[in-house]
Amino acid sequence: MIDVATSRPAPSTVERSGWWRSDGSEPVRRNLGLVGVLALLLIVGMVTRPDIFLNGHRLWSNELTVMTQASSIGVITIGMTFVMISGGIDLSVGALLALASVWSTTVATQSYGPGVMILAALLVGTGSGLLNGILIAYGRMVPFIATLATMVAARGLAQKISGKLTQIVRVNTINKIAEWKPLGIPLLVIIFLVVAVLAWVLLNRTTFGRRTVAVGGNAEAARLAGINLRRHTLMVYALSGLCCGIAAVMVTAQATAGSSDHGNLYELNAIAAAIIGGTALTGGRGTVVGSVLGVLVFTQIYNLFIVKNLQTEYQLIAQGVIIVAAVLIQQFRVAALRRPAPPGA
Amino acid sequence: MRHLPDDPSRRRLLFGGAALGAGALLAGCTSNADNSNSGNDSQTKVNTGDNAALGKTVTIAFSAPAADHGWIRAITDNATKQAGLYKDVKFTKVDAGKDAPAQVAALQTLIQQKPDVIVLLPQDGAQLTATGKAAMDAGIPVVNLDREFSDAGASRLLIKGDNYGMGLAAGQYIGAKLKGKSDAVIAEIAGIDNLPLTQDRSRGFKDGLAQFGLKVSNRVAAQFTVQSGQDVTTNLLQAATKIDAIWNHDDDQGVGVLAAIKQAGRKEFFMVGGAGSLDAMEHIKSGDTPLECTVTYPPTMASSAIALARLIGQGKGMADLVELQVPKQIVLASETITKDNVDKYLPLGFRS
Repeated sequence: MIDVATSRPAPSTVERSGWWRSDGSEPVRRNLGLVGVLALLLIVGMVTRPDIFLNGHRLWSNELTVMTQASSIGVITIGMTFVMISGGIDLSVGALLALASVWSTTVATQSYGPGVMILAALLVGTGSGLLNGILIAYGRMVPFIATLATMVAARGLAQKISGKLTQIVRVNTINKIAEWKPLGIPLLVIIFLVVAVLAWVLLNRTTFGRRTVAVGGNAEAARLAGINLRRHTLMVYALSGLCCGIAAVMVTAQATAGSSDHGNLYELNAIAAAIIGGTALTGGRGTVVGSVLGVLVFTQIYNLFIVKNLQTEYQLIAQGVIIVAAVLIQQFRVAALRRPAPPGA
Repeated sequence: MRHLPDDPSRRRLLFGGAALGAGALLAGCTSNADNSNSGNDSQTKVNTGDNAALGKTVTIAFSAPAADHGWIRAITDNATKQAGLYKDVKFTKVDAGKDAPAQVAALQTLIQQKPDVIVLLPQDGAQLTATGKAAMDAGIPVVNLDREFSDAGASRLLIKGDNYGMGLAAGQYIGAKLKGKSDAVIAEIAGIDNLPLTQDRSRGFKDGLAQFGLKVSNRVAAQFTVQSGQDVTTNLLQAATKIDAIWNHDDDQGVGVLAAIKQAGRKEFFMVGGAGSLDAMEHIKSGDTPLECTVTYPPTMASSAIALARLIGQGKGMADLVELQVPKQIVLASETITKDNVDKYLPLGFRS
């Protein structure tokens, strides 16, 4: 007879070293680091523009503006986070936003009213995301190439439909989305927060979320564990496309117009924000909170530069420096994780 | 556990049906046919004087960059329509490609076909100068439109707008209204900052304000797009709680600027636009926004270029001038449009 229950289970190492130093708390530590960066930016603001940053009323107004301007790129970044966690990338988000925006503001669509306009934007976004997913999952294309192709084609289609003209929104309800401030908080910020909460639940409390992390961490192991890789990839890219559709409605409302120029460089901004938020380019890691904080950092920097009357060149250089710094920090973290933990730690 | 064979196909049927329905919905939503605005021919004109008399047929070849914004599109549309008004003009359009080398190649082919006159809006003035010179040397007069060559000998006629004059006109309008208020807060929303035309406009604005002892207190740069206009303006409005006047360089990004102003609920200032788009003129006329004036950079210069190209081809001069030949260079004035004269300019507005 084989006695299987011979060894006592080892005492939990977590209790000995403390939760704070374990792997589980790494995302929280990183996010706290980003909160620290935000606090630092606010201090810079207090030094350079005390009339705004030390005045409660003006500070609130300014920070609400920062959050409003962060809301559309924030929704895109959340979609991008899922894609990146699963090990892929989506370069087409800006172009899909433009396409959805243009499609929903043509003369024909506007004649059907705000409901159809919003529905059109969401359908175009999700449909294009599905196309990305099909190319990558079933067409076996590398995500970089597939989404690059979709990016170029979507931009072109948007230009064709709009004739490269600005499509002014005449349906007032849509414009009101960007004006309405229920309980003093802009509706755009509320939409952003709702999407963020739903995304957090999706990533951390559903099988879909756990599978996304698994697929990104080790696709082959995930497949062997029974996850339908192709269907899951399809859903992840469709989700990213849906986020593009939502963001398209937000941008169209803010600009009071649809245009094939919308979403310019959004893909780069989203990837940068996700990376400094802790999402690994190689997949398997990332948090919604981190991505949201990453977006807020970039938007706050932009805001600081304008209120301080500085030129845009400095802001672009600063963005570049922050991306490099964030990736370097990531590399050190990954290296530290790979080193075996000392005994008894 | 095996699923019933019915379930997957029912699911596929539902999914396929939903996809078809969505596709049908979207297919019906791409039309931009707008019946109200198509008959706008007022950006062209045919005079009834002596020069209107039919002369020898002139073949005019036209090349401008692809319509990537409303102003450039208006240039090509105006040139085409103006040429269509003459019975003695044969008009051919040449695709300028996506950059200067592509346009150079297209034009070299064109020179072989020996048109009577070439009307050219270069992708880049400096890079197309040699081609212009080559055409002139081959005996084909070149009308240089807007972006000037680096060598005046490369064209027979240069017709362009006045970016410096735009800024000057805007500065003078704002200066006259705020005269005496030395602490006035004046904001400037520029376009793409590293273009020479933006720098010319800013210089003109600065000089115009200086004539009244005023200066720019806040300057931001957008990208000539609606979204960037909205973004920079939202932040600008946070930077200054009380603004007296704003000059926005371009009416297309002005759509975003006005949206940001509406969303912030600010109206303590007045605003001046630039370029003269139809949308801006409609706002000036209705007075529903702080926008009360715009300074033009007219795409009607393309119509004028075609009219003058025809005169050059027929060896005629301009009727009101004493000289017998068309001038070498025409700089169009930047005109100030306000509520008082907007009705005259509405037919000249272009959709952006």
